[in-house]
Amino acid sequence: MKLHYEISGDDFLAAGKASSAVKKVLSQLSVNPAIIRKVAIAMYEAEINTVIHGGGGCADVIISPDNIKMIFKDNGPGIPNIELAMKEGYSTATTEIRELGFGAGMGLPNMKKYSDDMVVTSEVGKGTTVTMTVNL
Amino acid sequence: MKLIEVKNILNATVFTNHSDDYLANVEVNQACGADLMSDVLAYVKDKGLLLTGLMNLQVIRTAEMMDINSICFVRGKKPSQDLIDLANDTNLVLLGTENPLYVSCGKLYNNGLIC
Repeated sequence: MKLHYEISGDDFLAAGKASSAVKKVLSQLSVNPAIIRKVAIAMYEAEINTVIHGGGGCADVIISPDNIKMIFKDNGPGIPNIELAMKEGYSTATTEIRELGFGAGMGLPNMKKYSDDMVVTSEVGKGTTVTMTVNL
Repeated sequence: MKLIEVKNILNATVFTNHSDDYLANVEVNQACGADLMSDVLAYVKDKGLLLTGLMNLQVIRTAEMMDINSICFVRGKKPSQDLIDLANDTNLVLLGTENPLYVSCGKLYNNGLIC
């Protein structure tokens, strides 16, 4: 099963709709709740990042017998130093985003924590793609 | 601890359409006091209560993703209708107390609800 979601970069408060929809689909498919939770958290963090940092983008979710793959793509400014961005507490989020409860520099580390595999590719000025896999 | 006990200890109001009978059957295994959703997403386990002074739609979304079953807004804050609607849609109980965050956590901890 393949699912596709467009993620608006204009409305931070609307972020999370795709993650919520995927969570419902996985529940309907009777996937193990612990797996659903991992997917939901990893995907939600990625969705928030796509809005905050990527200026919007899209998410593709591929549900296979062996795993669930989540691919997030944006056309934002890109990540100059991925190793630095992966460090807990490192953040480039604005004050406005921090006031809304996010931007503490935990997004990427958390996405890695809740997925079994994560690959980040990014080019400055062109955008970022994050592929996360959660095994079933 | 049952959620009805949380309601009574904090003298809380219920904003969502959940009855006291429903609250009496909801188990709260742990609680967390935080205004930073990034920390909630990183550290909180499931089936818990989130106490917060932060009020926006992402608080509800965060709870939904984390399988948190209840949120208590502190310092007398009242959620807007869009938050209440989203919480009802996801069967999340929204409470509100006049107590500040520190006092709310202390009262629950004293009554045996640990993190």
